[in-house]
Amino acid sequence: MSLIQLLIDGIASGCIYGLVALGFVLIYKATETINFAQGDILMLGAFVAFSLIGVFELPYILGFLLTVLIIGSFGFALDTVVIRQVIGQPPFATVMLTIGLGFVFRGFASIFWGTDIYSFATPFSGKITEFNGLIISYVNLSIIIGTIVLMTALYLFFTLSKIGVAMRASSENQLAAYYMGIPVKLIFSLIWAISAGVAAVAGVLLAPITLVDTSISLIGLKAFAAAVLGGFGSIPGAIVGGIIIGVVEQLCGTYENYLFEGIREISAYLVLLLVLIIYPRGLFSDKAEVKKV
Amino acid sequence: MSYFDVNNITVAFGGVKALNDVSFSVDQNEIFTIIGPNGAGKSTLFNVISRIYQPNNGNVVFDGKDVLNLKAHQISQIGIARTFQNLELFENATVLQNLLLGRHIYKKSNFLSDMFFLNHVKKSEREQRLKVEEIIDFLDLQHYRDTPIHGLPYGVRKNVELARALSTDPKLLLLDEPSSGLTNEETIDLGFWIKDIKNLLNITVVMIEHDMSFVNKVSDRILALNYGQVLAEGLPEEIQSNSEVKKAYMGE
Amino acid sequence: MRFIFKTNYDQDINIVRHNGDRISYGLLVAAMIIMPFFIDDFYLGELSYVFILAIAGIGLMILSGYTGLASLGHAAFLGVGAYTHAFLLTNGIPFYYSIIIAVAVSFFVGAAIGFPILRLTGMYLAIATLAFGFIAEHVFIRWEHFTGGNRGMVVPTPEFAGISFYDSATFYYVCLIALILSMFAAINILRSPTGRAFVAIRDSEIAAQSLGVNIGRYKALSFAISAGFTGLAGALLAHYIGYLAPDIFNIFLSLTLLLLIVVGGMGSLHGTIYGAIFVGSLPQMIAIGRDYLPSSIASQPGLEPLLFGLILVLFILYEPLGIYGRWLKIKLFFEMFPTYKKQTFKKQKTFTKSDRV
Repeated sequence: MSLIQLLIDGIASGCIYGLVALGFVLIYKATETINFAQGDILMLGAFVAFSLIGVFELPYILGFLLTVLIIGSFGFALDTVVIRQVIGQPPFATVMLTIGLGFVFRGFASIFWGTDIYSFATPFSGKITEFNGLIISYVNLSIIIGTIVLMTALYLFFTLSKIGVAMRASSENQLAAYYMGIPVKLIFSLIWAISAGVAAVAGVLLAPITLVDTSISLIGLKAFAAAVLGGFGSIPGAIVGGIIIGVVEQLCGTYENYLFEGIREISAYLVLLLVLIIYPRGLFSDKAEVKKV
Repeated sequence: MSYFDVNNITVAFGGVKALNDVSFSVDQNEIFTIIGPNGAGKSTLFNVISRIYQPNNGNVVFDGKDVLNLKAHQISQIGIARTFQNLELFENATVLQNLLLGRHIYKKSNFLSDMFFLNHVKKSEREQRLKVEEIIDFLDLQHYRDTPIHGLPYGVRKNVELARALSTDPKLLLLDEPSSGLTNEETIDLGFWIKDIKNLLNITVVMIEHDMSFVNKVSDRILALNYGQVLAEGLPEEIQSNSEVKKAYMGE
Repeated sequence: MRFIFKTNYDQDINIVRHNGDRISYGLLVAAMIIMPFFIDDFYLGELSYVFILAIAGIGLMILSGYTGLASLGHAAFLGVGAYTHAFLLTNGIPFYYSIIIAVAVSFFVGAAIGFPILRLTGMYLAIATLAFGFIAEHVFIRWEHFTGGNRGMVVPTPEFAGISFYDSATFYYVCLIALILSMFAAINILRSPTGRAFVAIRDSEIAAQSLGVNIGRYKALSFAISAGFTGLAGALLAHYIGYLAPDIFNIFLSLTLLLLIVVGGMGSLHGTIYGAIFVGSLPQMIAIGRDYLPSSIASQPGLEPLLFGLILVLFILYEPLGIYGRWLKIKLFFEMFPTYKKQTFKKQKTFTKSDRV
């Protein structure tokens, strides 16, 4: 497989990581907590899409939008009912909470939908296009284009709209935001809704490649690597980080024989550890660091 | 060279100079107070001395030793102790346990002998407890010995913070706004204690303060900072009548 | 309410505060010792499993509960202990040496992991340990020479000096002794300067540093000690399950340990015991509960993770102090009867504030 082919595959899978990482970063920017259940929400998105498009046979676009809506509302409800209770508590509590929730979602999915592997038809499955001798699958294209569209929309939303600015204020200092009349609780829940929606988009776009079963939630951890690599406070950083991870994975897979067997599966985690140890700020961090001893 | 020298310290955060070429000297066994409006850089100065921040320029020498060469956990070994403006007590531990941590640098055991709690560990525990009890007597904390910090009133917490710094047996004590938040009676008590620290315990005290009447009663010499720069240094009477200082505090 | 009249520093330094506690703990230990004469092999096995969990819990409790460092991949150390021990046994090393070496190896792996990631705070540390857990699981599956790879590894059953592990009572006593020794070691560490330094790191790193605690060194030490305890539990666990399948040291096992310390009560060794009892009996309770559930749910393999996750969530939300915390509240209720006020433990309303400058 040529290098460019590899790159495109890597970029496509990297976009997925980036979208999930985006969800992490959004929630972290708002509430300084990390949602360890992000990958599981992606999984739920894929399953719901399967039910709507695969079982009830709704048209793809409709099913897609409905999935995002449902999962987004689910994210909103999750924050309102559960996450809100532990806000302000030491980070360990939210870590444990979201990890526990992740297992609950996974268990629920395996009970409700069963443990088989499912798939559903998409307008992109199986179609390919040729360009300069390269074969690019429609699925990969859909992922890349979908990511670009979503990114642009979110970027505009956060920089231009009033709600976006309010979100940034609430994330810097919750109490001060309250005093300014910002409905902080509502804002947080909205962020969770957006974050869940983004995960759902990623899940639906990913489904044609990985098919739908409970193990796809493990993407969550790889997306961590993307978020950390990009600098945990940065939205474009998340996508760039994701793409880098995706490409690195592809390269490790191809050159596996020169390194050691099985490195592809853990390459993301190795990158994560390396980044954390050597350069934890990440590439696009927004912190102004005081020089510490 | 005096007992404690701070020379040409500059700290810049991005483009902002929190401290700009700050220099002063402190003699042994004196009470030296640093005053200045909020944002003058006083706490930043303490953070440089206690090695939390790295200055862009300058040096700090204490008792002939180069302080900037040390790491944060090594300054207590050369005899510098500090308190924190916003109190950094160990909330879930008792007063006694907080103070016992002040004796950490005198620990002679490693984790293996700790694990088996050998005889010399037990002996050391008794010794440290004895030392800590002296501090408890000194600051009248007997009543609160076994109380966890999170249940204590503010004035007592400030006392514990001071006691913990004292239990390291320091030669130089850095106090960051020791009287902030205290009532009048508590401030008067604090004044007596600080004088006792100087006269009875022979400890040199450098403190950051805002309460000018307290400062004038207790200090031997004063340094006035504003916008990260030294305005004036001298005896309380000199600082009181200094026009630059008056301008900085009162405005034009 | 019990009043203790103190005349001697030793009363504060010693492990047991007063004779009443000495008697209760003594009775408890005595009860555990005579247990094999009263219950049959199956329950002895269950109790041994609880002891093993408790030892692992001690390890994680020291790291997370007392030093405040998250570890989401702690099953890795169970694996290190288990595989090292099994590997050495298979190659003829006697049981005692094998266990000690397994603990030492686990200790050093913990130190090796602790050092590079000790600079990380809160979230980042949690993520790093999670990544480490996944990598470790992967290594266990792939490292054929050491762990048997996909075929797994049979754990030899030792017989030495007239003792045989084929006898459940023997294994039970080994686990009990290991637990008692671990408890003593842990209590000693925690009442000594080392333990105080750990707690200082948890409550205020900046103050700890100003008091002379070398944060980096003590964090790594906490990791190493924690890994040592967990490695010991892993070695015993290897005997308990008898056959090390390739993927048992996974994130679900790490979650089990986390559940243990959260449910038991973070920050107390009592909590470790309560947590171990709870988590150890959970599979049994689920198995019993299965009979009452409709078969579509009960037969799902996903039920156990679901319930574990759900219990974790519920405890974090409604009982963050764990079982031990609830027990303390109950004790306080009786001590202060009838003046007990529910408000004593009411949480303050908290707000998030960004740590970013």
